[in-house]
Amino acid sequence: MTAIPKLLGADPLFADGIDLTVVLIVIGKTIAVFVFLLLLVLFYIWFLRKVIADMQNRVGPDNAGPFGILQALADGIKLFFKEQTIPDSADRRMFLLAPYLSLLPAFLAFSIIPIGGVVTIAGHQTYVQLADPQIGILFLLMMSGIGIYGVMLAGWSSGSKYPLLGSVRASAQLLSYEAALGLAIVAVLIQAGTFSTRGIVVQQAWTGSWSGGLGSWPLAQWFLWPTLIAFFIFLVAAVAETNHPPFDLVEAEQELVGGFHTEYSGIRFAIFFLAEFMNLVTMSAIAVTLFLGGPAGPSLGFVAANGWINAWVMPIFWFLAKLLVLLFGTVWIRASLPRLRYDQLMDIGWKYLIEVAFLFAMVSGVFVIARQQDWPVWVYFAAPAGAVAIYAVLYLCIPRRDEITEDIR
Amino acid sequence: MGRFAGFGITFKQMFKPRVTGFYPREKRPKPPRFHGRHVLNRYEDGMEKCIGCELCAGVCPAKCIYVRGADNPPDAPVSPGERYGFVYEINYLRCIHCDLCVEACPTEAITETKLFEFSFSNRDDAIYTKRELVVDDDGRARKQPWELWLDDSENDHTSEWMRATSPSGNAAYEGRVNWSGELGYGVREPERGQSGILRSATGMTAPAPAEPVGLIDEEAADEEAADEEAAH
Repeated sequence: MTAIPKLLGADPLFADGIDLTVVLIVIGKTIAVFVFLLLLVLFYIWFLRKVIADMQNRVGPDNAGPFGILQALADGIKLFFKEQTIPDSADRRMFLLAPYLSLLPAFLAFSIIPIGGVVTIAGHQTYVQLADPQIGILFLLMMSGIGIYGVMLAGWSSGSKYPLLGSVRASAQLLSYEAALGLAIVAVLIQAGTFSTRGIVVQQAWTGSWSGGLGSWPLAQWFLWPTLIAFFIFLVAAVAETNHPPFDLVEAEQELVGGFHTEYSGIRFAIFFLAEFMNLVTMSAIAVTLFLGGPAGPSLGFVAANGWINAWVMPIFWFLAKLLVLLFGTVWIRASLPRLRYDQLMDIGWKYLIEVAFLFAMVSGVFVIARQQDWPVWVYFAAPAGAVAIYAVLYLCIPRRDEITEDIR
Repeated sequence: MGRFAGFGITFKQMFKPRVTGFYPREKRPKPPRFHGRHVLNRYEDGMEKCIGCELCAGVCPAKCIYVRGADNPPDAPVSPGERYGFVYEINYLRCIHCDLCVEACPTEAITETKLFEFSFSNRDDAIYTKRELVVDDDGRARKQPWELWLDDSENDHTSEWMRATSPSGNAAYEGRVNWSGELGYGVREPERGQSGILRSATGMTAPAPAEPVGLIDEEAADEEAADEEAAH
């Protein structure tokens, strides 16, 4: 009985043992989170198309439902009833499996996101979060690693060359940026001292006491400030990890037809896109959790402190508000930046992001330990200076492209 | 920050007015000389203007018109002349809407409307015969079931367009620009640079059709005149 709470985390739901109510609550939460994520994705697709249309001086979808908000649903229904073709040269079993291999991790990764605060359902206290495993963030990295298989197997099993090229690009790109992503996360983990997403969020919550100092600002608890550099690295790596423009070389239409999903049609094609957008929403939610305090935010003072508004609505509201800001950022990037060349992609990942993320994680670790151990003040200056020096040396050692081409000539 | 300037541009665009037209719901006014599909006109007494001379078919650069004339039955004539258009077909898969047929027609039997929304899912539907082309009793184009135009107002100010030849066929008008209203939608002023004189202004009476009584759209004609003045 004690093994399950450890797996599902420190949720107070399991404090009194597991009975039928608890099981039903868990099932209900699973369905609710799944629906929540699907709705978020549907919303995001509409939001993406509307905002991009705005940025390109167009109108965007406006026929399906009010303001075209049902457009994504309409597309999904249309694709669902389309014919699905399988190439003769395809590896049938892998071909059929691949879309689900990319969809499942996308959903599972979202299950560790703290969406809201602590609520009481049928007498049981529980988190508004599907699971809070102690390995939380590691679970995210696992899932994002498995997600690569969907893309890779889809391209490989299609039995066609452009999908194969797309999937080769995908696996190389995802592996490269996985490293930068992980190192950026490490900076936060060092600050938080825990893998649990709930634990990370709780540490960023404002205590509510205003003493006038800079440290007691409502947003000062966010890990965004001590890990600002890691935040930007995380954003770039997350955009690359989700194959979002300007890193969408996996499906570069001018070069690869449709990339890894060229041979897919009908609902399986739609599932790839669903997974891609799910990944994007999940990554944004992870960024909110790690850097922006997740659902933590001021509650309304003029209603009961423990009423349903402050327990249910406000945390979810803050979560969605922060999420929306990041999602807007992804759309903005998509509308503004042209696609990178493949060598530029690899350059950014390997030559710059990983080094900076790695050095920043080390400096960040020195800071945390120095604070705990009361190390002398000069350490706070020596550590970043050392990191900058190391990076300067590395920067000089990095071969420049023009030099390389010079050599070839 | 040069390479991030794009962010500012895209952000600014969000607050600029949209240029999108909501086409099927809102239609923009068509240009005055828009070339749409053809109609075969009739005199106000119901007689067809087409005399089956096949000039339109001869001049058609796309070879999309097929005409066969026949002698008018003496007891029930179809057109005022000796012969009439027995078969008249236009293949809209070939028509390039150059309006040469309209210029060639000696009796103004064929003119172009402003109707262009007539896509078809069947090749046979692309061939318009007399059944589709001949105007209704009120002198307006017949709406076919597969055509998208919503009401007659879409065909307002239809092709009253200038003809450099004498549509009357009268030698007295040789070399003069002569206009007549088509489908009863008024008469246009000559354009700047053209030496034409309006029939109404000269007081000459041409055998070309008088403006049908009761069909003249006063408002449209007024608007037309206003447009012309504005253009000048």
